[in-house]
Amino acid sequence: MLELFEGPVPVEKTLARWYKEEDKSNYGAFIPFIGTIRDEDGIDGLSFDIYEPILNSWYEAWQKKAAEVGAILKMAHSKGDVPLHKSSYIAAVFSPKRRVALEMIDEFVEDFKASAPIWKYDLRDGKRIYAKDRSTAIKGSGLLSKVKDK
Amino acid sequence: MVRVEFLGPIQKDTINLEATTLNDVAEFLSKDTELKSWIENCAVAVNDTMVMDLNTALKDGDKVSLLPPVCGG
Repeated sequence: MLELFEGPVPVEKTLARWYKEEDKSNYGAFIPFIGTIRDEDGIDGLSFDIYEPILNSWYEAWQKKAAEVGAILKMAHSKGDVPLHKSSYIAAVFSPKRRVALEMIDEFVEDFKASAPIWKYDLRDGKRIYAKDRSTAIKGSGLLSKVKDK
Repeated sequence: MVRVEFLGPIQKDTINLEATTLNDVAEFLSKDTELKSWIENCAVAVNDTMVMDLNTALKDGDKVSLLPPVCGG
């Protein structure tokens, strides 16, 4: 299940709940990833916009991919502002054996970075500044610039 | 009419226009100089499904979304 929070993700509570939800499911491996906002380049924090309809379909496609190898995914992300040293993103894979989970957490987090419709802003002096240089164009971008004259 | 939405950091209001293909939308948006730098880096969805073809047919009530470069986490 995809979980969105206004502000920071409550890491300890969420990870404990995820663990509890699956502790009788016979998964041999549980691999969590926790993303924490670092104090760098003088930012006061980060802020996020999310387009939920496409994020949900992206996540559902990943859940199907995980199911094909007997695994499940869990993910939580922030909306709005998140201060330094708090988490804006956690994800986890549960699988029968460790190898599947180790590989999937890598692939899942990388694809999340490249494809999930989430936009990041630096918070500086009360302003929200789009983190353009750290953003990745989604696969297939630029389609509308290939306009054909009639 | 087709509705065109600009997501995330593109500070632009929704536009409604007559279009029968995605190419019609591309042609219309190409006249907007403010959008030029965005268009080159935006992915496109029709009714919340990503599309890769300018010949994609559009009908009355369809929603076209422009998705600029992303960075979750």
